[in-house]
Formats: sequence, C-alpha cells, structure tokens
Amino acid sequence: MKQLSELKLKVLDLLKEDARRDPSLLATLLGVTSEEVTEAINELEEDRVIVKYATVINSSKLDDEKVTALIEVQITPERGRGFEAIAERIYLFPQVMSVYLMSGAYDLLVEVEGRNLKEVASFVSDKLSPLESVLSTKTHFILKKYKQDGIIFEDPEEDRRLLISP
Amino acid sequence: MSENTQQSSQENNQSMTNYLAPRVREIQPSGIRRFFDLASGSKDIITLGVGEPDFITPWHVREACVYSLERGYTSYTSNAGTPELREAIGEYLYNSFDVKYNPKDEILVTVGGSEAIDLALRALIEPGDEILIPVPCYISYSPIVAIGGGVPIEIETNAQDSFKLKADQLLDKITPKSKVLILNYPNNPTGGIMTYEDWLPIAKLVEENDLIVISDEIYSELTYGQKHVSFASLPGMKDRTILVNGFSKAFAMTGWRMGYACGHPELIYAMLKIHQYTVMCAPVMGQVAALEALKNGLEEKNHMVESYNQRRRLVVQGLRDIGLSCHEPEGAFYAFPSIQSTGLTSDEFAQRLLMEAKVAAVPGNVFGAGGEGFLRCSYATSVSQLSEALNRMGQFIHKLKQG
Repeated sequence: MKQLSELKLKVLDLLKEDARRDPSLLATLLGVTSEEVTEAINELEEDRVIVKYATVINSSKLDDEKVTALIEVQITPERGRGFEAIAERIYLFPQVMSVYLMSGAYDLLVEVEGRNLKEVASFVSDKLSPLESVLSTKTHFILKKYKQDGIIFEDPEEDRRLLISP
Repeated sequence: MSENTQQSSQENNQSMTNYLAPRVREIQPSGIRRFFDLASGSKDIITLGVGEPDFITPWHVREACVYSLERGYTSYTSNAGTPELREAIGEYLYNSFDVKYNPKDEILVTVGGSEAIDLALRALIEPGDEILIPVPCYISYSPIVAIGGGVPIEIETNAQDSFKLKADQLLDKITPKSKVLILNYPNNPTGGIMTYEDWLPIAKLVEENDLIVISDEIYSELTYGQKHVSFASLPGMKDRTILVNGFSKAFAMTGWRMGYACGHPELIYAMLKIHQYTVMCAPVMGQVAALEALKNGLEEKNHMVESYNQRRRLVVQGLRDIGLSCHEPEGAFYAFPSIQSTGLTSDEFAQRLLMEAKVAAVPGNVFGAGGEGFLRCSYATSVSQLSEALNRMGQFIHKLKQG
C-alpha cells in the first residue's frame, strides 16, 4: 500500500464531506491549481481509493421505506481459502449491501436490504442459511437509523449565532 | 404600550439621564449593535457578520463540564482561577508561544478576554492618560478606555501595509501623556498579523517611551502561514506587557466567557483586586471546560484552523473575482475588502447589500478610523454558505456597476 500525498488526503477529506465539490472549488480551498486537484482525483480513482461517489439517503423520509437487517453468520471456513469463497458467494447476492469479516462470536456480518420484512426473511431462509458452510444465522432488523457513514440523520440544528456580532 | 405609559416612560428616561455619569452618557452604542438591529428584521439572510466560530464547542469539552456538574462541582473557585487551569494555561503559553508565566501569581483567569482588558485598563488608567490604539480594531477598546476616564488615541493603519502597525505611525501619536498601547494582532476586523521583525521597532518605542502594552491575542491560534508572535515574547517586553487571551476563538467557546490575563505579578495582583470585588471568580463550569480544552483539545483546534484556512482562500479569491480589492488576511477569520471602487460608503454598501442581496456583513467604519471604505466579512461559516454569499455579492456588484 503506498503512502498518499498530503494533497490527496486533503482532497479525500473534502470529498468525504461533500462529493459534489468540483475540482476548481477544491483547488481554491486548498490553495493549489485545478489541474493538480484533477490529477489527484484521477489517480485516486485509478487506484480505487475512491471507489464510488454515493448519495447517503435517509430512507425514513421516503414513502417506500426499505427494511434493513444485520445478520450475524457463523461459518465453517474452507480449506485453503478460509472465508474468502463463502464471503464471495454471499456478497454476490444483490440484496446484500455489505459483508464484513468479524472477530468475536460470529464470523461474517451481512447487511441485507429488502422491500419488506418478508423479503429479508425469505432471503435468509432460502438463500443464506442453506449454504453448505453456513452453520447458523442471527437476524437483527434495524428499527431506526440515527447515523450512517458519519452522517447524523436528524435535521441539522439551526445556527444559533446572532446575525451580527463583534 | 399605551400612549400614557409611553409618555411617562419617556419622561422617566429624560429625567433619569441627568443621573448618569457624563462619561457613560456620552458613550455611543456600537455601530455593530445598530447594524445588528437592521439585520435582525430581515429574512433569508446569509451572514458574514459573525465574530465567532461556526463550530460548536468540541463534545469532549462539553462532556467534561456536564460530568463535573453531575459530581457537584458548583462552588466558587479561588479568585485567580483553579490552580490546575492556571498551570495548564502556563504550560500552553510556553509550548505554543514561548512565553513563561508563573501560574501562582502571573496568571489570572477572567470572564472572557473582555473582562481581562477591562481589568487591565481599570488598573492602569488615571484620568487624562492617553491610551494608544491602532485602528481599525475590535470595537470595545475605545469605549472601555473612555469609561475608565482615559483618552483613546487612535493610530490609523492602512491596507497598503496589510494593516500592520508601523513604528512611525506610533511615534507620531506618542505624547508625554501616553501610558498604554493596546495591541490586537491577529486583528479583528482586518485579519492583519505582525511578524517578529514587524514587532522589533514597536518594542523599541515601547521601551523608550515607558509604555505598558495590553496585548489582546485572542486570535493567536488563527494564523495562516506564519506562527503568531506574542508581544510578550519579545526581548525585554514580558514585564511591560499584559497578555490577554482566551478560549472563545481557538476552541469555539465564545458563550462560555473564559479568558485570562498574564503579566508582571504586581500588575496581575492589581487586576485581581478589581476582579475579586466585581465577579469573585470565573464560573467553575467554564473553568472545568477550559481545562479539558487545553488538555485534550489541541487536535480538534488544528482541524478547525485548517478548515478556516480553506474558507479564507475561498473568500479572498471570491472577493477579488467579483472585483473587490482585498489584502491577504493572514490571521483571525475575517476578510476586509475595500468597497471604495463602488463609490458607496461602508454604511451604504452594507445596508444595500443586506436589503438587496440578503448578505449581512459589517461596515468597516464601525471599527474606527481607516475602516471607512471597507467591509468586514467573516468566513466562519460553511463553504456552501460562503459560496452562495459570494454569488449574491457578485450579482449585487454587477448591478451597482450597471447603475
């Protein structure tokens, strides 16, 4: 893994706050040229440090609210390939949003999204549990999201400062 | 209010005026206050008018205060502040600005930097003393001097010199009555700073003319490029200087009102006497929070400074792009562009900008001589708000040019 330059780290910080900032704004903020920023972003994309520019959606504000579950999965690792093969089997399902290998009481943490409770339940019973190396699953439905990806979902508090102050 | 009561309250006002001390009666309300009243009636305003961080005090600082309240820390502290806090302040000043103060008798914790300045002036001023104040500057110095019976003498600095104080400007204003020089660098409203080399001739004059310096260094953490040089750190200046600083700007703690003064034990002792007879001590919860800020808040402070620096570039560049000349502010969080090219006065420009473009900024003339023709734009606000404000200002100026 190579050391990222200071410029790249700062670009990442600023894009993490708001991915829609264009290179000329970033250049002004950082006191460098647009070309330098564009080059840094291109390299970050090529090296897959920046993987995607995503939108964080507070789905509780939408009518078609989705159901999300976190599933603890215990697994028998495969000889030679450990957890890799089964992790791949699982993450290829489109319902699966994220897969983490965990330390502790279980092996994989799988985040699954569905249109409703039933859809998630049938994914677990029909797809996930029957996999040969899966020993057990424990499904936890998310009741409410307060914060995701570092972003607090509550409406931002208004600026309490006076309009003019010394 | 009924007509009758209004009338009687007016009568009262008229008759009570006679009781007021003339030096208080003659003080004008600050231009900022006047402009604030104007702005608060308007809606959908983007404000570049605030002189305080847009960050909230870091959570660990707030949490330390909450925890101390839970444990019942609610009593008076020693007049000068808790020994732990004074020690931490001493250590911080030594590490950051290379000035060494004895926490026992050279550091006084105050209710904001403002109280420290007031105490220093009250301890020093005799009626008729002349107090030298480089301007434009923070709005409170002249009125506090006047309340204390002193005579504020303004020294005008200018944009060509990046609003630095020049030795010849200072020398011009020194008379046998000169007693105190009030310094405010990094400067509110200009963003000007002073380097070591800039300070040396000033320090020489201070020594030659036997002046005492009150150095308000509240923005000391907010410099971009050059590290702040404390006036007290200059050769021979420590004993002549009352260093004033606080937590408001560096740690986003304006509402806590936590500040401090450092200086020669005899000066601090004099200030302590006034302090103990007026406020007793700074609030204990504020002192707990301030201690936590000094012990564990430096990393977050650095992050805030980096963020201000980014916005500084955005605002200065943006102002220049819309045709306003703007000297490079190297400290605090204000840009101070000239609006002279528009032909409007600071007041006219700021009022029309507020009414027509819904952007609030402070007219430069409220900060004293030399501020006329300028506008204070605080960049302690989010990048998106700043971008929108610059956008609106650009359209406003375009409209002005088209007449």
